[in-house]
Amino acid sequence: MRRALWVLAVLLSHWRRHKMQFATLLIGLIAATALWSGVQAINQQARNAYDRAAATFGGVRTAMLVAPDTATFPQELFVRLRRAGWPVSPVLEGRIQVNGHSVRLLGIEPITLPADVGNAPRLGASDLSGFVAPPGQTLVAQETLADLQEQEGAAPPISSGAKLPPLHVLPQLVPDVLVVDIGVAQRLLNKPDQVSRLLIGKPKGKPAPLASIVGDRLQRVEPNAETELERLTDSFHLNLTAFGLLSFFVGLFIVNSAVGLAFEQRLPMLRTLRACGASARLVNTVLVIELVVLALIAGLIGLACGYFIAAALLPDVAASLRGLYGAQIPGQLALRPEWWLAGIGISIAGAIVAAATSLIKAIRMPVLATAQPRAWQQRQRRWLILQSLAACAVFAVALLLLHYGVSLIAGFGVLAALMLGAALILPALLEILLLVGQRTARKPLAQWFWADSRQQLSGLSLALMALLLALAVNVGVSTMVETFSRTFIGWLDGRLAADVYVSASDNAQGVAIRNWLKERSDVQAILSGGRAEAQVEGQPVELLGLPDHALYRERWPLLETAPRAWTQLVPGNAAFISEQLSRRLNVRVGDVIEVPAPGGTWELDIVGIYADYGNPKGQLAVNVAALIRHFPQTPQTRIGLIVAKENIPGLIAALHKQFALDDRSVADQATVKAESIRIFNRTFAVTSALNAFTLGVAGIALLTSLLTLANSRLPQLAPLWAIGITRPRLAAIELTKTLSVALFTSLLAVPLGLLVAWCLIAIVNVKAFGWRLPFHVFPLQLAELVAVALFASLLAALLPVARLARMQPTNLVKVFADER
Amino acid sequence: MLSIRNLSKTFSSAGEPVHVLRGVDLDLKAGERVALTGESGSGKSTLLHLIAGLDAADGGTILLEDTEVTELSDAGRAGLRRDRIGLVFQQFNLIPSLSVADNLAFQARIAGRHDPAWSRELIERLGLGSLLKRYPEQLSGGQQQRVAIGRALATKPSLLLADEPTGNLDEATADDVLALTRDLVARTGCGFLMVTHSLHLAATLDRHLILHAGRIA
Repeated sequence: MRRALWVLAVLLSHWRRHKMQFATLLIGLIAATALWSGVQAINQQARNAYDRAAATFGGVRTAMLVAPDTATFPQELFVRLRRAGWPVSPVLEGRIQVNGHSVRLLGIEPITLPADVGNAPRLGASDLSGFVAPPGQTLVAQETLADLQEQEGAAPPISSGAKLPPLHVLPQLVPDVLVVDIGVAQRLLNKPDQVSRLLIGKPKGKPAPLASIVGDRLQRVEPNAETELERLTDSFHLNLTAFGLLSFFVGLFIVNSAVGLAFEQRLPMLRTLRACGASARLVNTVLVIELVVLALIAGLIGLACGYFIAAALLPDVAASLRGLYGAQIPGQLALRPEWWLAGIGISIAGAIVAAATSLIKAIRMPVLATAQPRAWQQRQRRWLILQSLAACAVFAVALLLLHYGVSLIAGFGVLAALMLGAALILPALLEILLLVGQRTARKPLAQWFWADSRQQLSGLSLALMALLLALAVNVGVSTMVETFSRTFIGWLDGRLAADVYVSASDNAQGVAIRNWLKERSDVQAILSGGRAEAQVEGQPVELLGLPDHALYRERWPLLETAPRAWTQLVPGNAAFISEQLSRRLNVRVGDVIEVPAPGGTWELDIVGIYADYGNPKGQLAVNVAALIRHFPQTPQTRIGLIVAKENIPGLIAALHKQFALDDRSVADQATVKAESIRIFNRTFAVTSALNAFTLGVAGIALLTSLLTLANSRLPQLAPLWAIGITRPRLAAIELTKTLSVALFTSLLAVPLGLLVAWCLIAIVNVKAFGWRLPFHVFPLQLAELVAVALFASLLAALLPVARLARMQPTNLVKVFADER
Repeated sequence: MLSIRNLSKTFSSAGEPVHVLRGVDLDLKAGERVALTGESGSGKSTLLHLIAGLDAADGGTILLEDTEVTELSDAGRAGLRRDRIGLVFQQFNLIPSLSVADNLAFQARIAGRHDPAWSRELIERLGLGSLLKRYPEQLSGGQQQRVAIGRALATKPSLLLADEPTGNLDEATADDVLALTRDLVARTGCGFLMVTHSLHLAATLDRHLILHAGRIA
């Protein structure tokens, strides 16, 4: 044991004398662990939230009974089932407006509620009486209480004027949900004796068959392992994971570079240790222990950094998930022990993977092997060939996945294979470029410039690969986001046809507002819309009622149409379908969709497909009058107005005054558009942050490679200095060399990044969200990214170059004195 | 103390076998100081490496005291070097990240035989007292070799093997270093086998052997 400690002390002494190298190793491990763990923390937080949402008093985690084609059914069925021994519990669900904020209202029956409803919050016996006995309670999450701007104990009114029971915070409850006794819910939602679903508990015996009690009026829905929200958000989390993984690998490039050089520098030390009697097994074991200890320390620091990264990104991620999928994620980070253990594990595993080649070399090293610094570089040529062959194989895999893959995972597989292949082939491409440069050079210094760049390539190739990957991802994602941004803004211009939008609190107010507006001369047109919910082929679908007005015909953003589509819409037996729903249901123009409606099935001919970016639900656009005919309960509270621009402020002020409407209920087009764009930008804020992190880590990788190489460069540079090239000039040449290879790499990253963008737009987006964007290239943005990459390379190269420029001649003389 | 019989070693160079040692016989008594000379490539260093267990012989036996070196495993050979052999190289092979004091004590510490009194005596005899906090790169060649000798003798080995220990030193320094080594070897009573090109230095030891054509002439 003491022997091992002495060997460890000797190995560690290397780091004391090479502090920069030590810092590099730790930075690499910390960066890799931090970014990976940060992303995992965000994913875990979101998944916990979905789990909570799913399990909230019997979500999809519990088996249930529902009506096959209506949203609610009579409570009498519940009574019949209970009498027949079925352990069922009723739930009524709906949406209400509280202080202008739309929330989900759940009515439950706590006495019969099954005990095993996932991780749903539980009502203790002491809470039960408070919940059911008048005035009852409205259970609410702390976040929702804050959103509603209410205090615990308050009994706020809903839009109909009825009052909620006093608010009571239940910490485990999912945000955006209010839970009340079912009797209260029936009153608030104006659905007396109606139930949305019956949760099924564990039966004690074998109850009578369902059909014998309720016929076909109810059907059983088995619990899902994966919720709809999880399915929808999988792509988002996969995207985040991909970024985390990329950053992790870029971090490992740094570790590999630092460990590789440390092993090279320590080869004489290892040989001496062996010569002094430390056995190969002892030395190798201690090498692994040293690595694990360092990974452990770096892992802990990385986890702390990962926590802060996650905490910083979480609000934007939560905004993205809310905007894209309607998912509610609590803003406060809560982490499980598994996260900490996984973070430490990934740090140690990453360090071992990054150091694997060096460790294997040390293990295989014969004791008499002469310590030739950087001897591994000499095998460069063979590696280049092997690497290029591996790259071709990986490209072939990408092609196969592109051709045969159908899933989102296959889409990401294409992306991963494309980037891995490009990274593998990069050194060979650079070698060819530099060789061409060398062959065409005439002056001796120029020839040396190219030849030396080639020699340096092996030491820099990992860092350059990291730069290539980071830049390609930046180009790809930036192009995708910019494309999306422009398409989205153009689409908003079409979708936001009206000049002013009014949202009444209920139908009565809607009628009053419309009557008042008809009297005003400054209102050119009143466009009444409406929305209803339905289930089509087992999927929730939103029905959007469009008024028949020329403005829609001119501006509504249709992607595909049948002839005279708008005219066909008016009678009410035709619909436009949103792009994502058309893909999900595999429906095209000319097909027919059957929508279950309260009065019977509504058959709709599909006469157009329209873009509906950012909407997690599938949507069908129909004539509003037809919608109200088929869904009489449709709230008629949404009103669009056509108003001359100069009359907008006056009209809004008048609406405020006349109907006591607040800013949430009346907004002009510019405000709605600005808000939509703000949400859009926030959605991609996470992507931009991860982009910047990845590029930053790649910059560090380049800096560390250059710093670690700088020391071994002296034997190459000293002879030039000896023959009369000044140190500043040598430094300038070194800088030019670094920037040249960085420029070549950046230029190669541009087409790769555009391919990445194409994959994101044409494969990943379509699979993940259901929409396909037109592909655009933004040359100015590309030039900007290449400039940023070069600037990062310049910063990375400056420190070692400045050191060289200031180097004392004695250090250069030592090269010839054999005293180094 | 050291008895070598019929030792052979062959290397492969450009696909051709090179017979470096062709049946070497050698005996060395405790406290005896022997110089081994020979042309470049005659196998002097190879013989030293085989004795130290740094390399494996193709045939023959090496008996160090009661231990047959050729039959030891890698761990056994490491233990032999650690406990009973001191090695000094032409290139010094100090650990650059350790101070002179730590380099001196290093082998004795991993052998678990660190003797502070002997260590102090070595430091004094080798004249390293003022250099203990320095690092190898801050020392001259002669100073570095004195540290290497101190490290090799810190365990009081049975056998000190030196592979051209003065090859990187000027003549005067080489004489000084060898004189010190002779004194210390006499003080410890260990056997001393030194490979050298210098006939002048070889003449200062008890016996002078010449390796020629893979055999002791």
